[in-house]
Amino acid sequence: MAYSDKVLDHYENPRNVGSFAKDDEGVATGMVGAPACGDVMKLQIKVGRDGVIEDAKFKTYGCGSAIASSSLVTEWVKGKTIDQALDIKNTQIAEELALPPVKIHCSILAEDAIKAAVADYRKKQQA
Amino acid sequence: MSFAPVYFDWNATTPLEPLVRDAMLPWLGASETVRFGNASSRHDYGRQARAAIDEARARVATAVGAHPTEVIFTSGGSEANNLFVKGAAACLKPGMLAFSAIEHPCVREPAYQLRRTGWTLKEIAVDAQGVIDGEDWQQTLLARPTLVSVMLANNETGVVQDIARLAAEARASGAWFHTDAVQALGKLELDFRALGVSAMTLSAHKIGGPLGAGALVLDKRVELAPLIAGGGQERGLRSGTENVAAIVGFGVACERAVARRESESQRLAQLRAELEDQLLAQGAVVFARAAERLPNTVFFAFDNIDGETLVAKLDRAGFACASGSACSSAQPEPSHTLLAMGVDPLLARGAVRVSLGRDSTAQELSRFVGVLARVVDDLNKLASIAV
Amino acid sequence: MLKFPIYLDYSATTPVDPRVAAKMIPWLTEHFGNPASRSHAYGWDAEQAVEDAREQVAALVNADAKEIIWTSGATESNNLAIKGAAHFYQGKGKHLITLKTEHKAVLDTVRELEREGFEATYLDVKENGLVDLEVLKAAIRPDTILVSVMFVNNEVGVVQPIAEIGEICRDKGVIFHVDAAQATGKVDIDLAQLKVDLMSFSAHKTYGPKGVGALYVRRKPRVRLEAQMHGGGHERGMRSGTLAPHQIVGMGEAFRLAREEMASENVRVRALRDKLLNGLTELEATFVNGDTEQRVPHNLNISFAYVEGESLIMAVKDIAVSSGSACTSASLEPSYVLRALGRNDELAHSSIRFSIGRFTTEEEVDFTIDLLHKKIHKLRELSPLWDMYKEGIDLDTVQWAAH
Repeated sequence: MAYSDKVLDHYENPRNVGSFAKDDEGVATGMVGAPACGDVMKLQIKVGRDGVIEDAKFKTYGCGSAIASSSLVTEWVKGKTIDQALDIKNTQIAEELALPPVKIHCSILAEDAIKAAVADYRKKQQA
Repeated sequence: MSFAPVYFDWNATTPLEPLVRDAMLPWLGASETVRFGNASSRHDYGRQARAAIDEARARVATAVGAHPTEVIFTSGGSEANNLFVKGAAACLKPGMLAFSAIEHPCVREPAYQLRRTGWTLKEIAVDAQGVIDGEDWQQTLLARPTLVSVMLANNETGVVQDIARLAAEARASGAWFHTDAVQALGKLELDFRALGVSAMTLSAHKIGGPLGAGALVLDKRVELAPLIAGGGQERGLRSGTENVAAIVGFGVACERAVARRESESQRLAQLRAELEDQLLAQGAVVFARAAERLPNTVFFAFDNIDGETLVAKLDRAGFACASGSACSSAQPEPSHTLLAMGVDPLLARGAVRVSLGRDSTAQELSRFVGVLARVVDDLNKLASIAV
Repeated sequence: MLKFPIYLDYSATTPVDPRVAAKMIPWLTEHFGNPASRSHAYGWDAEQAVEDAREQVAALVNADAKEIIWTSGATESNNLAIKGAAHFYQGKGKHLITLKTEHKAVLDTVRELEREGFEATYLDVKENGLVDLEVLKAAIRPDTILVSVMFVNNEVGVVQPIAEIGEICRDKGVIFHVDAAQATGKVDIDLAQLKVDLMSFSAHKTYGPKGVGALYVRRKPRVRLEAQMHGGGHERGMRSGTLAPHQIVGMGEAFRLAREEMASENVRVRALRDKLLNGLTELEATFVNGDTEQRVPHNLNISFAYVEGESLIMAVKDIAVSSGSACTSASLEPSYVLRALGRNDELAHSSIRFSIGRFTTEEEVDFTIDLLHKKIHKLRELSPLWDMYKEGIDLDTVQWAAH
């Protein structure tokens, strides 16, 4: 498989790898995928009182494109409001990383991870 | 070999061209840069092998005016002929397979196998010059064969058939048309599209390439069952780890053979014409002389002289010729091709084939003519004593 | 000096041994005859070389040269053996038995025969990759005509109990075919002792050239085959087609070297394999696939848990290894062999086959151990599954979001 330079860069030097303590204030976690499918993404966001995502971290079990997609998403969501974060579409991720057709599902998974993290955030807010 | 006899058996096989050999050596571990990957492997070694095969495929395709994806590499011409006959038949309802009476055994034998699965066979007759008989051809078409195989140029007589016309007529009557072009490659202009055939067999070792590589060029509309299953190489039509060295050699050989074809054909035709004049002057019969033939091939006989004996004498005198096609020369029967042409079996037993190639020279031929005259003379004397 | 990528894929193919190459070269230069040409010295020379090589191949497996048929490789040998015997003996019955872990060349051939109306049983193997002899015995029916079991598995390197299977088959009057492509030069093969009727060989897995193989066809008791390639009557009518002397000479020399050097080479390879095995199993949550005893020393197949397969292969670009059999690695299907051993898809995907050979050095093994330690560590740092494993969560109980 020929990966784009951007995928290779994120794969070699993934940004924002790690975890937040999941019960800290403003921290929300989205975990999507399944081991049997070959990808599991965990995206965590730390949202300030103003509703802006201050920080993001990820861990991904998956191929180079999955790692790159989630790494890229952590960079993109930082500084965005949660509503703006929800506007990130998989097509933008796929385009930015020049993903081949067989790897489009990685970008979909990354978009789903954002949605899942935001949903978790909203659930915690309501609680 | 303590001596190097003059090689006049280029239709059986050809010496490897130095440039072809150079291209192969890395893949045989015999050069500074060693290459050895399995083309199915995903790492560098495998990718290099895959790239080399792709390049060779493009070269072979270019040489015969085909698309690279139409080229299926096999272990040689025999396998390619078997693949077409058995593979195409396996995907069709049993019907009629027609093939010329002068086909190579590797078309005829698999054809005979098909009878067990309900196929009927039709041998298309040739005339006295070894050319497809017009009337029998029309009869064949009326019988509506679903598969037809006619060789482009005969390995023994060198006779060239009008494949473009035969293919067009056969296709028009609904048959897939295959041609064994093993002897034609490098000697005649070969264009897959212009010929209009459904499939065409090629071989590397007849054109200065290595033994162990051949190809079936295949119109993708023809459905084919593989002869060798498992692994899925060659679009699933021919499994097995690719013989990279031989395939690389085949590619280069094709390129070289096509590049020198015109000048070489003229040169060989000239040599052959001079040789034939001498043969006729010595009283030989030259078979299929009136037909269009490959420029390098002479098939001849002397009355009352056994071909095997003559060839053995010539070998001892330093000339390597053939008494029939290489594959059937173990059998004592006279040439199948000559019998199909209606040649008297006694005369057919005398048949000797001289086939020339890129190393053949006028000097060799003039020496040959002298030796032949002497040997024939000796044998005639022996014969008269025996009587 | 290390040369990158380090080649650890000897089960996919081996480089031609330089000594083999040296024997082949004359057949690409001054000797160029067609061995079927009976009328001149070019042909006779080639024929002699072909016969000498036949003796060399026969010698490695203690067979008679007359029992060796040349083919274009093990895939063709497998096709010829299985289809050839099935077609010849179909009057006796139409049932075939093989293993789920066989090479595609065997499995696809058997499937083709099923389409023709034969019946086939694909036996499960035990978790260690070995066939259960009782299961095999129970599978043999009155109409069973052929059993095909590989000597050494290409992916996990396990050595099947060929001698025992041979006894069972002979006892039941069933033809026994063995794909020995991965076995030559690695295990002793004595066809005077083994009750094997047909055995497939490949040159390029044993430091010979690609494009040539052989099929052993037993003469006593005689085994009959229907030819698959016709015309010309080469190889006693069992396989027609012009022979390639340079390739055949190469296979002969490769097998001669294998016979001479197998014992010492196995000792050296085993030491390297053990070093690699010990080095890699130091890593937590790694699993060796296939039996650790009944196995050739050349093969080590390990699954690294909580690491995804494709990213693993990407991470180890400095070594040339296989993540499945070479023939299937173009697809993203998990290895069917590892699945047959009971590995789940994740572990099958995250497996690497390291195969060691004649030219592997200790330095290369050291580098590989070090590389795997670094990369597995890095990928696990990235892996949410690793975290969960470390937290003591049983991943099988987790409800994964459907995707």
